[in-house]
Amino acid sequence: MTTSEASSATMVVQEGRPAQSVGGTVAADDVKMRVSGLDFYYGPKQSLFGISIQILTNRITAVIGPSGCGKSTFLRTLNRMYETVPHARAEGEILFDNEDLLSMDPVALRRRVGMVFQRPNPFPKSILDNIAYGLRVNGTHRGAALQEKVEKSLRRAALWDEVKDQLHKSAYALSVGQQQRLCIARALAVNPEVLLLDEPCSALDPIATAKIEELLYSLQDQCTLIIVTHNMQQAARVADFTGFFLLGKLIEYNKTEIIFKTPAKKETEDYITGRFG
Amino acid sequence: MASTPIPTGRAASNRRAHAFIQGLRSGDTFAHLFTLLCAASILLVTVALVYELYINSTTAQHKFGLGFLTGRTWDPVSGDFGALPFVYGTLVTSALALLVAVPLGVGAAIFLSELAPPRISNALTFVIELLAAVPSVIYGLLGIFITAPFLRQYGEPFLKRTLGFLPLFQGPMYGVGMLTAGFVLAIMVVPFVISLSREVLMAVPVDQREAALGLGATKWESTWQVVVPYARIGIMASIFLALARALGETMAVTMVIGNDPRISSSLFAPGYTIAAVIANEFAEATADLHLQALIELGLVLFALTIVINGLARIAIIFTTQKGSRQ
Amino acid sequence: MLRRNSWRKFVNYFMFSMTGLCALVAVGFLFFILAYLVWNGGSSLSWAFLTHLPAPVGERGGGMANAIVGSGKLLLLASAFGIPIGFLGGVYLAEFGAGSFPFVVRYTADLLNGVPSILIGIFAYTIVVLPMKHFSALAGGLALGVMMIPIAVRSTEEALRTVPLMLREGALALGASKWKTIATVVVPAARKGIVTGIVLDIARVAGETAPLLFTALNNQFWSPGWNQPIASLPVMVYTYAISPYDDWHRQAWAGGLVLLTLVLVANIVVRLSVSGRSAR
Repeated sequence: MTTSEASSATMVVQEGRPAQSVGGTVAADDVKMRVSGLDFYYGPKQSLFGISIQILTNRITAVIGPSGCGKSTFLRTLNRMYETVPHARAEGEILFDNEDLLSMDPVALRRRVGMVFQRPNPFPKSILDNIAYGLRVNGTHRGAALQEKVEKSLRRAALWDEVKDQLHKSAYALSVGQQQRLCIARALAVNPEVLLLDEPCSALDPIATAKIEELLYSLQDQCTLIIVTHNMQQAARVADFTGFFLLGKLIEYNKTEIIFKTPAKKETEDYITGRFG
Repeated sequence: MASTPIPTGRAASNRRAHAFIQGLRSGDTFAHLFTLLCAASILLVTVALVYELYINSTTAQHKFGLGFLTGRTWDPVSGDFGALPFVYGTLVTSALALLVAVPLGVGAAIFLSELAPPRISNALTFVIELLAAVPSVIYGLLGIFITAPFLRQYGEPFLKRTLGFLPLFQGPMYGVGMLTAGFVLAIMVVPFVISLSREVLMAVPVDQREAALGLGATKWESTWQVVVPYARIGIMASIFLALARALGETMAVTMVIGNDPRISSSLFAPGYTIAAVIANEFAEATADLHLQALIELGLVLFALTIVINGLARIAIIFTTQKGSRQ
Repeated sequence: MLRRNSWRKFVNYFMFSMTGLCALVAVGFLFFILAYLVWNGGSSLSWAFLTHLPAPVGERGGGMANAIVGSGKLLLLASAFGIPIGFLGGVYLAEFGAGSFPFVVRYTADLLNGVPSILIGIFAYTIVVLPMKHFSALAGGLALGVMMIPIAVRSTEEALRTVPLMLREGALALGASKWKTIATVVVPAARKGIVTGIVLDIARVAGETAPLLFTALNNQFWSPGWNQPIASLPVMVYTYAISPYDDWHRQAWAGGLVLLTLVLVANIVVRLSVSGRSAR
């Protein structure tokens, strides 16, 4: 297997142990998050087994797999969202810019690692107050600076033109697709380094979906994106790298075109070609 | 690079230490503690209440012992206090209240749950729940000036004529007395019976009724023989709650019961309840023993209502769990 | 067979008519109460009644101004004490509680709710009136405040529970700490239910007489400060109703009408606003 340039990860399978990624010529600061041997438990039940993966900076990484394979669980370990569930625990190591993510201050972590959820969940406040929420909670209160940041986020989320005259209207007055872009804008307002997206388009129609996919491309150079999707075509369209999960294990992780055209493992191939899931 | 398994113990406790400090810094630990204290205040108040009731009646407890519960005299002048007339009055008026309120209430609940169309049911229930919000003193007001005279002029003579062979309905008719008190209590307690019974009846699964109807039962038969028995624990709970409420009712009762600490076989006679005597005598009780006896009465009432309420709550928990298991 | 069937049909019709009658009677009680209050008290309601102090015993005229203001004062004190504690307790149960402690708290709250209010009066007597050696508004306010706590706890908890998890996660994901999430997202989202619960709580306690009988007592005059006995509407109505004076009886009806109107208006407004919302 070849390693090319600075940003490819290759798969090496070692007997008996879960698949690991081999760095090769990857430069250290190109890896935004380095997950090693991540196990996850809901109480006594284990749902993630020895996940090891490297997420590269300013790239879009897709996580695919059939329902229940653990991809959402995995995503939610990256901003420690699982901590709202009692008896949920993560073991192993996740390095975020070489810091131990699992022992960081979760509040500080979540400012740097944002999340967009499966269904839009705007607050019952105005559009402006939704975007401003993250800013206010993290210290920005002054009127002018606030307004500027709100406008910037709405522009980044390609929503500004549609709502600039109705910033004080309730967020619930927007369509579902607009609400999701609002949630993306809200997450972007605090300038996260990483943005986690958990099936962001599953509640949306194809047009709204297309708008969001376009949006994701444009965000790439400022932000590392990790997107969980059950839609393989979406992963193929959007992502630079793709990881395939099955039953709580990371089966294969590589550049998207390799995963989709020449997958190394049979399970991957079976999933891609639609033999299950 | 290969991943090395990290020893769980060290990393985990390391992370817990970090989490603790982060909790302190973010203010979450403080918020948790502060709100916990507020919630715990309920426990504190309840314990303090029992304690104060107990500790402020110890002299009386020692003087009368268990005989307090069977003593028939209540004489502040000579310092002889016995609880029996009040326990009697409390139980009789409450029993009377239930006798009237339960058939009336369960009947109304059945109508509202099974027969009335949803909009009418909701509208009527709304009005009935407003009844529960009427202050006790208002019931008493109507009791003194409307109900008591009415019963003295029409109600009691009627009962005397028809059921006068029973000792319950003999003797002079004053209007104020245990019958009136029981009747007023019934009105006060009916909304609670209706509200809760209606809820449990509505929670009976549709397939129960359909099973009965499918076998050719009339709607009433399905209701009375299948639905109501299914909901019986919840209905029992509503009766218990109503009873607890009736036991503790003070103002309306003291305004119409006649305030006479005697035990009489006639319902027309005046009587006294625990709550009523405390309401009447507490503010003016000068002798320490008098006050203590009143507080001891309060302790008896407390025990009564706590037991009945506690049982009712457990029954309610049972019914809601049963419902959710279906 | 036909005769049996027609008997069953008759029973069906008859029994349901009976239950309908029960419902009608129950509903009728409220209108009955209102009608009598308006009939007997309406004519005595006047501006003078609402703004004058009671006349000396036996004399005609006078009003219940001090009782109305006194009730207001007592409720203010009770709310200042009972609502914050009850609200925060409800926040604990809905947001932080884990294990069996919340269950114990809930159960005890429901029990405390069912304790006869006169016993709460005794409690306030023993911890405020006895040490102070006189009756006071403070004692009355405390008694009412204690009664408000369990109701506020349960209604706040229920209101908070209706807020969906997704909303909380949205806030957490933006880097808000748990208490900030609660304060800036969850509580505002639940504010209608919380306010409803509080208004009903106040209305419930506003009509209570028994716990005031030997804590706040009564007062024919104004009661400045918190250390003196104070008049309240329910106690005034009670005192006048059991008195031997016709004029006082008349005023008791008027006072009762005022009290019931306030309580019912609060209940109706609040319950209608909630049910209108859920019908959406």
